[in-house]
Amino acid sequence: MISLWKLYALFFKMGIFTFGGGYAMLPILKSEAVEKHKWISEEELLNYYSIGQCTPGIIAVNAASFIGYKLHGIWGLISATMGVISPSLLIIILIAALLSNYMDNQYLQWAFGGIRISVIALIISTVIDMWKKGIKSLRGYIIFVIAGILLWCFNLSAIFIVILAAVSGFIPNFRSKKQ
Amino acid sequence: MIYLLLFWEFFQIGLFAVGGGLVTVPFLFDLSEKYAWFTSQELTDMIAISQSTPGPVGINMATFAGYKTASIGGALVATLSEVLPSMIVVYFIAEILNKWRENIYVNKVLEAIRPAVLALILFAGWNIAKITIIDYKSAIILFILLIAMRLYKTSAIFYIIISAIIGVALKI
Repeated sequence: MISLWKLYALFFKMGIFTFGGGYAMLPILKSEAVEKHKWISEEELLNYYSIGQCTPGIIAVNAASFIGYKLHGIWGLISATMGVISPSLLIIILIAALLSNYMDNQYLQWAFGGIRISVIALIISTVIDMWKKGIKSLRGYIIFVIAGILLWCFNLSAIFIVILAAVSGFIPNFRSKKQ
Repeated sequence: MIYLLLFWEFFQIGLFAVGGGLVTVPFLFDLSEKYAWFTSQELTDMIAISQSTPGPVGINMATFAGYKTASIGGALVATLSEVLPSMIVVYFIAEILNKWRENIYVNKVLEAIRPAVLALILFAGWNIAKITIIDYKSAIILFILLIAMRLYKTSAIFYIIISAIIGVALKI
C-alpha cells in the first residue's frame, strides 16, 4: 500500500504538470494513476470526472479527492488534495511576490505556447483511448452526439448536459428487450 | 478579521461554483466589486497568469486572489477554504458510491454520463485549440504531436516537457 507521503508527492507532481483546467489534468491522471500506478481503472476515472462535473468545486481537486479516498480513505483524500494544490500555492505566491513581470518573459511565453498545443493533442489522444470504455452501446453513441451538438451549437453548460445524460440512462433499451 | 472573511467568501465559492475552475471567475469578479481586495483589472491579469502557470487554473486563481488580499496567509486561507467544500462532498459521495457500487440504477446513470463527459473533454480541447491553433505552424505541430502520442504511448508528462522545449525552439 502506498504511503500518505508518497501519495502527496505523486499528486504534487501531477499538479505541477497540469496547465489549464481540470480537463488538462485528465491525460496526466490517466497516464499516472491508471497506467503507471494502476490505482484506478479508466471507467473509474471517467466516473470521477462525471461526478466531479456536477458536484461543487474544482474538477482537478474532485478527481484527486476521489482517487485519494479510494487508496487511503479520508487521509488519502486529504493528502491527494493537498498534493494537487501545493504547487499552485508555491508557484503563485512566488510569482505574485517576486515576478510581477512574469508574463513578459518571451521564453516562458514560447514554452507555454508549445505546452498548450500538447495539451490539445493529449486531450484528443486520451479521448481516443477512453472511447471503448466510455461508449459501449448505441445509446452511448447517441448520447455522445447529442452532447456534442448541445455543446458546439448551443453552448449549453456542462452541468446541464451531464444531468440530461444521467436522465437518459433511465430510458428503457428497446433492443435488449427483444433479445 | 480578514482571514475569517476570506474563509467565508472562498468557502462559498467552493460550494457554489459547480463545474470546474473557470466557473469561479464570475464569483471572483463579484468579490472585486464587493471588497477593495483587488480591482477587476488586477483580476483579469491574475486569470491570465493563472492559465499559464503550472497547477489547476481554479486553484491558481484562488491562491492569487488570496495573496493580493492578505499576502501568504491570505493565499493559504483562500485556497484551503475553496477546496474544503469539494473535499467534504467528495467524501460523502465516495462513501455512497462504495455502498451502491452494485446498484443497477447507479451504474446505468454512470454509464449514460460517460459519453457526455467524453464530449465535454473534447469540447474543452476545442476551446483551447480555438486560441492556440492559429496558423500552419501550430496546426502541423499539433498533428505531429498527436501522431507521436498514438505511436509512442509514454507518460503525458514527457510530452508536456518536450512540447515546452519545442515551443522555445520554434518560437511558437
